[in-house]
Amino acid sequence: MAESINNGVNIDALLAAREALKGAPEAAKFTWRASCKWRNGTHATSTVQGFHGLGDEQKHKTQFSFETDHPEVFASEDHGATPVELVLVGLASCLTAGVATVAQNRGIQLRSVEAKLEGKMNLYGILGIDSDVRNGYDDIKVTFRIDADASKKDIEALVAQSQKRSAVYDIVTNPTNVTVEIV
Amino acid sequence: MIGAGHAGLAISRVLTEQSLEHVVLERGEVANSWRRERWDSLRLLTPNWQSRLPGYAYAGSDPDGFMTMPEVIRRVADYAVVSSAPVRTHTAVTSVRQIDGGYQVATGAGEIRCRCLVLASGAANIPRVPSLRQAVPQAIECVTPFDYRNPQQLPPGGVLVVGASATGVQLADEIQRSGRQVTLAVGEHVRLPRTYRGRDVLWWMEHSGVWSQRYDEIDDLERARGLPSPQLVGTPERMSLDLNVLQESGVAIVGRLAMIRDGRALFSGGLRNQFALADLKMQRLLDTFDTWACGRTLDVEAARAERFEPTRAPATPRLSLDLRSGEIRSILWATGFRPDYRWLEVPVLDRKGELRHDGGVVADAPGMYAMGLPVLRRRKSTFILGAEDDARDLVGHLARYLAQGGRRAS
Repeated sequence: MAESINNGVNIDALLAAREALKGAPEAAKFTWRASCKWRNGTHATSTVQGFHGLGDEQKHKTQFSFETDHPEVFASEDHGATPVELVLVGLASCLTAGVATVAQNRGIQLRSVEAKLEGKMNLYGILGIDSDVRNGYDDIKVTFRIDADASKKDIEALVAQSQKRSAVYDIVTNPTNVTVEIV
Repeated sequence: MIGAGHAGLAISRVLTEQSLEHVVLERGEVANSWRRERWDSLRLLTPNWQSRLPGYAYAGSDPDGFMTMPEVIRRVADYAVVSSAPVRTHTAVTSVRQIDGGYQVATGAGEIRCRCLVLASGAANIPRVPSLRQAVPQAIECVTPFDYRNPQQLPPGGVLVVGASATGVQLADEIQRSGRQVTLAVGEHVRLPRTYRGRDVLWWMEHSGVWSQRYDEIDDLERARGLPSPQLVGTPERMSLDLNVLQESGVAIVGRLAMIRDGRALFSGGLRNQFALADLKMQRLLDTFDTWACGRTLDVEAARAERFEPTRAPATPRLSLDLRSGEIRSILWATGFRPDYRWLEVPVLDRKGELRHDGGVVADAPGMYAMGLPVLRRRKSTFILGAEDDARDLVGHLARYLAQGGRRAS
């Protein structure tokens, strides 16, 4: 079954890597990096290219670049997405990649996967109006629309497993230690 | 043999049947853990008719009941007597070393040399408490299921129960009933109804063959071995004890306890998916039962599949709780148990301290076996009725090993 379907995920390579990493715990330790440069106002440009993993330095084929800013209603110039929107982008793309991978592993052919995300936020937090209101999202809703050769129950299981194995879902739902330094 | 619980006695019985000379070393009395390491209200999760051991079926008058701890202790102790098990009580093992042709076992009552060794000392010797316990404010009393006997021993006021295994849900339920507000932190869990289509869910597990599924037929064995115990309780009323029942009795459900920072407990926001996963897995298991039942003439009350309400997610589960506010006065860590191998001076543990074994045949230690660990050889391995098949398999291996003069048996 799994052989005849194709979501474009090389599941054999992933499963082989999983086996190989079981015996090489150090190689499994990755470090991801991003750099950010202030432009003007709330506008900044972030880039990613290098990362560490498999016991060595690695890099993307090219450098990827992201403009972030705030929209005009924030009296900004709107050169790019707001950082909080990028968090939604990260969550959406991580869950979607997970759906494709799990589907491949379970022999489910996908025809289309679309996700819509909504994050609710009260500006009383970041504006310092009410100390009981948090800065970040207080609720995030992800709605998937999936067309696939599978029952509704199998698709539900696919989406649940994708959340279970998603790094960004974990980062968003669980606390993470953050250290900020000045050099 | 180390340990005279039900698993050790089961294997002893099979060794005796095959006239294999052995001795069972027991640190305390027969059924020691059942005597000393259990809370007052606990009953077995398995109905009485499933409490059979090799050569020792249940013959009492209440096959559908669930034994209390005194009843379990009596039954295991009686089994030792009727089996004439060669048990040496109050003989704690202090070290096991590998020697030429076998093992040297040091005990409080002298040294023993043996060719084969069976570890039947249990899977739940030490409560497993996460390291974040260190960050709990001093004023809060921390309790493990080993210390806990009944709700009255807890201070009045709110209780945070961490973990939603059988232990977690049972204790959350009785503590809430004692008038203390319980907050239950729920991570990965296994939901099961007590009865399905009029039969005990463990009847289905046994008869459908799910429980007999072998360890080498399971896709993700590591995961199967690490699963929390199912949310079951043995009561005369055969009640189900899932998270919906607990919420109805007023227990507040929060996500997995992820961190304690500056005196605040932080809970995961992934609760809904934990519910979805547990509901889906329960449904898949019930579908397996239905498929098996289809076409068979069964003595079950309900002819058709039964469906259960999905776990109700609280609208806005709390993500943090100030442990310094006085709202929580005690924390019960129902976060699992682990075996104690501190006396085992043979390099057979992996980097996480788990015994390396293939279906109970310990790796790189010829003649050493283990009994009574989760999914040791079958899904039912840690349940009382699971001991027999495992004991027979392992004694078969052990007998071949001895017959070959102690060389590795195939």
